[in-house]
Amino acid sequence: MNQQSATPEPSGRFRVHPILRSIKIRLHHVLSEVGEAFTLFFQTLIQIFRPPFQFDLLVKQLLLVGFNSLAVVIVSGFFTGMVLGVQGYIQLKPYAVEGSVARFVCVSIVKELGPMITAFVLAGRIGASITAELSTMKVTEQIDALEVMGTNPVKYLVVPRFLACSIMLPTLTIFSTFAGIAGGFVAVVTLFDVNGYFFLLEAQKNLFVGSVLISLIKATSFGMAIAAVGCYKGFSISTAGGAEGVGTATTGSAVISLITILILDFVLNHILFNILGLI
Amino acid sequence: MISVRNITKNFGGKNVLNGLNLEIPHGETLVVMGRSGCGKSVLLKIIAGLIAADSGEIWFDGTEISKLKSKKMNLLRQKIGMLFQSAALFDSMTVAENVAFMLDQHTDYSKQEMRKIVDEKLELVDLEGVQDLRPAELSGGMRKRVGLARALAFNPEVILYDEPTTGLDPVTCTEINQLIRDLHEQLQVTSVVVTHDMHSAFSVATRMAMIHEGRQIAYGSPDEIINIDNPILQQFVLFGAPDQILNMENPILKEYLNR
Repeated sequence: MNQQSATPEPSGRFRVHPILRSIKIRLHHVLSEVGEAFTLFFQTLIQIFRPPFQFDLLVKQLLLVGFNSLAVVIVSGFFTGMVLGVQGYIQLKPYAVEGSVARFVCVSIVKELGPMITAFVLAGRIGASITAELSTMKVTEQIDALEVMGTNPVKYLVVPRFLACSIMLPTLTIFSTFAGIAGGFVAVVTLFDVNGYFFLLEAQKNLFVGSVLISLIKATSFGMAIAAVGCYKGFSISTAGGAEGVGTATTGSAVISLITILILDFVLNHILFNILGLI
Repeated sequence: MISVRNITKNFGGKNVLNGLNLEIPHGETLVVMGRSGCGKSVLLKIIAGLIAADSGEIWFDGTEISKLKSKKMNLLRQKIGMLFQSAALFDSMTVAENVAFMLDQHTDYSKQEMRKIVDEKLELVDLEGVQDLRPAELSGGMRKRVGLARALAFNPEVILYDEPTTGLDPVTCTEINQLIRDLHEQLQVTSVVVTHDMHSAFSVATRMAMIHEGRQIAYGSPDEIINIDNPILQQFVLFGAPDQILNMENPILKEYLNR
């Protein structure tokens, strides 16, 4: 009798609803993935400072990430600036403050759209390519081969990609920012009756060191996030994943990178503007 | 030389290795046989330190390696060469760069010295003139040979072969088997060959072990193996052993053949 009353009855009282159970499983899966991604991130940070330093691998990745993305980043920045110029002028004119269009373009591009557009381009172009490359290496046992030959895969594969993205994203952001301001200038000066000299003077007046610093901090953070997500998704595929697994990992990498960039942008905005008080 | 003691490994609730014990004597070629999914490749990856066992010990020349820190494990791995099932060549590198990879990573050899060693190792596996080709330009058999040359580049004491003849045509299979025998005779290395290809197994083995349900059920020389009265082993041998083995006057095999 006693034993019967001590045992919890499986019928009804403690039963978890299937939807809650599936949410619990999904949440557990997401949290363990986040944990693994952070573990890889910290392993990468440790390996950066451990010899040997393979500069040849870094240079190769810098060229791949930076030089090969330069044209697309400049074009994206230029047209974003043009759109901002046109929209800014149209929105400001009814209030008779169309003279502030240079400030509008400059501040938006430097603080927000420059790093953001560059990060989006690189997340699609480089983040996805890192995942595709590493997951293919995983499926074809090339990463196992590296380990068997006494080479740390994090040191050999992740560190150069992580550093290249962290260095090249702020570098490319500088180019996309200048292209954006140039785009805004071209659009406003050619399409509307705004004086070019006045535009440049206004742009210069509203370009602060703090703003550039914010832009570079954001860009570096986005670069780290793109590389970390790309590498993690590449490494996390199982050897039995096959071609389908590579495709899924690559798509997942691009989507997670974009979402991470947006969340990171909000967090950085809050820290840099509200907490640190940078302008 | 290598001693596998009471190894267990569980994947998603399935016990792949279930208290496996195995002795791999120095200078022998041990063939590990078993049905697909019985844990042969997992065993090889545990020996190479690519997967951690859930419990048990792996002893390598008097050192217990399953709990070694990564730095010491990497040093130990320099004594091990591994030929992967898919050859696992780095497709972004040429054949020469693949073979020279370990030398480039772990030694201060000049380019000329490395090139000399690469040429030597490729000659050892009967491949010449392919140094500047990419893995994608090679046939399956050639890729395996390059994989073997890469495994030999650092003069390992142990070579692990994961399904060396899978996916190859019969002629290339025979060539690879001959190559494994030649390397064993020339270099006197300890080898572990994982396969379910009985032709290959009887062709290269100096010792054989059969794994079933995560445990070793038979162990011995090829002659001893065909005389062990175990239905699972004999069924496995009967389905794939070469004719010269099956045609032997062996009462146990004859009994199974007549069933």
